[in-house]
Amino acid sequence: MSAAGVLMPLPVLIPLIGAALTLAAGRKPRLQRVIALVALTAVLACSAALIYLTDRHGTQALQVGGWGPTPDGLGPLGITLVVDRLSALMLVVSAIVLLAVVFYAIGQGIRDGDDRQPVSIFLPTYLVLSAGVCTAFLAGDLFNLYVGFEVLLSASFVLLTIGASKDRVRAGISYVMVSMVSSLIFLIGLALIYAAAGTLNMAELSVRLEGVSAGTRSALFAVLLVAFGIKAAVFPLSTWLPDAYPTAPAPVTAVFAGLLTKVGVYAIIRAHSLLFPHGGLDSVLLVAALLTMLVGILGAVAQNDIKRLLSFTLVSHIGYMVFGVALSSRLGMSGAIFYVAHHIIVQTTLFLVVGLIERQAGASTLRRLGGLAAASPVLAFVFIVPALNLGGIPPFSGFIGKVALLEAGTQDASVLAWLLVAGGVVTSLLTLYVVARVWTRAFWRARIDAPEGALSDAIPSALLDETEHSDDIAFDDRDDVGRIPAGMLIPTLCLIVVGLALTVAAGPIFGYTDRAATEVLDASQYISAVLGGRP
Amino acid sequence: MTNYLVPLIIIGGLTSSGVYLLLSRNLTRMLLGLLLVGNAVNLLIITVGGPSGNPPIRGRSSGSETNTADPLAQGMILTAIVIAMGIAAFVLALTYRSFRLTIEEEVPDDAEDTRVSNLPDDEASSVGEDRPHPRDTRSSETGDIEGPDELDALPENRKPKR
Repeated sequence: MSAAGVLMPLPVLIPLIGAALTLAAGRKPRLQRVIALVALTAVLACSAALIYLTDRHGTQALQVGGWGPTPDGLGPLGITLVVDRLSALMLVVSAIVLLAVVFYAIGQGIRDGDDRQPVSIFLPTYLVLSAGVCTAFLAGDLFNLYVGFEVLLSASFVLLTIGASKDRVRAGISYVMVSMVSSLIFLIGLALIYAAAGTLNMAELSVRLEGVSAGTRSALFAVLLVAFGIKAAVFPLSTWLPDAYPTAPAPVTAVFAGLLTKVGVYAIIRAHSLLFPHGGLDSVLLVAALLTMLVGILGAVAQNDIKRLLSFTLVSHIGYMVFGVALSSRLGMSGAIFYVAHHIIVQTTLFLVVGLIERQAGASTLRRLGGLAAASPVLAFVFIVPALNLGGIPPFSGFIGKVALLEAGTQDASVLAWLLVAGGVVTSLLTLYVVARVWTRAFWRARIDAPEGALSDAIPSALLDETEHSDDIAFDDRDDVGRIPAGMLIPTLCLIVVGLALTVAAGPIFGYTDRAATEVLDASQYISAVLGGRP
Repeated sequence: MTNYLVPLIIIGGLTSSGVYLLLSRNLTRMLLGLLLVGNAVNLLIITVGGPSGNPPIRGRSSGSETNTADPLAQGMILTAIVIAMGIAAFVLALTYRSFRLTIEEEVPDDAEDTRVSNLPDDEASSVGEDRPHPRDTRSSETGDIEGPDELDALPENRKPKR
């Protein structure tokens, strides 16, 4: 068995085993932390090895348990894991984010005390979420993708409602219901595809769906798009997101914002390029992308709470990725893949920074914040770098990704593509306006000028939602929280460095995403890797 | 023909009742709706898996069947049933928690949403962080340079004399 064959199941297995071990070690928090850190570091190492191997040797497939292709043309019988350049890149970026966020959460727990916190549940659930994300990226058949989605969704339900305060239960209920409906639609799509093609293996489907009539193909694709669109928060299926995410604890929101929607985008890329490659619904996707960008960012302009504001920019920037995918060109796909990687890192960093702001200043709403640049220059630095990156200021990676997408749009040169280019520029400007607004309000003006600047939340809390047990207190009476704990600051800085590395190494990374896009658009490599050279 | 028609009619009935229940605000009804639609989808998968037949085990036959049943469809619905059961348990726990917290199991509207949508249009458009909170009308020497000057002239916003 090849090296890739040994490595491929590990990003799924290690977090699951880690989850079992941390659950067993529930009474020993220190041991729990060590297990979680070791497991996620191992996942990062495996992913890094996989990205190296796939870039050298191309797409790798593993038939789990050896239930490989059958001689009489039935296709693989068992579970297939496939890793190509796209999924390897997704795995590496996710592993980086997962590791940084767990460091942050642990640092926060150590510093702010987690005696009353539900930590014995937090780490195991977090590891299960990691396993679900990795399963979704490695899945070689649609049903396995569904299982990956369910694993990460079940874990996210628990993480979102951790502590089960009133706000979180309310947000959790709508999140659970929306997610379950999207899963059911996905399942209906699976049943219909199975009825049309008689298999759910993606490589096999790619061959067999060619024989299905165009109308049926479009209908099947539309069902899948609705299911993935809810998960990826594409307008008009995005309204659940800004409602659900902001109530969760900061590390949880950060990892959700970074990864969960991108898993949906990844699924859209796979369905669009591998299963239904002729771009039947491209114009629908382009319109959805345009509306996602504009409606999302206009929502962000109207928000006062930084967490809600960032949730809306998250929705808005999903539009860029869908735009790149829907162009069906190599440059568009390459830009979309680069943008996914960039956006995962930047959005996660910003939510982690909001966690720091909440801890240091006792609020996340602009009505209360002020004077942070003077109070904590470090905080100002860790906010402004990813914020400008998100806004697409040159030379940051956000600018490079947007330029690539706009260039792909102008190459396409249809009326709709030009509209999208204009929409993309407007969205980028409005994003800059939004982050500049946060900057001038929260960082530059004096706190005394903030309308509710004298008020603050009482205690910095790691995981629990303390706001319902304690009323607002006067800011002056708030306990001194001290400096930003190193355990929270270092992971944030590391993510900023990774974001800057995407800028500095943009040339080689774009070379990689170009190869990834070529590989994704030309399904034959994927098919021959899974089916072993059969057409 | 009837082999397919009867399950399909049942699937349609289950789905429509499920969607009807899902649209309600009561959590228990929503859960029941989810379960009904889930069962409808399971039935759909087993229906598209083909006609009944021998068990898919070598050397076993059932009655005078000539073809073999599709094991994959059954494997898939088993997985889906297990997942649905886990989620149902979680939703029940969440419902109970919600009931304990609020003594009701209706899903309430978002408080901030309701507040803003109840405002008259001219007030709603001025909702923002520029309006000072009545509890606190202090400001620095320069004042809030972000806010429009006209606001400072309003009686409620006039700076206290120092």
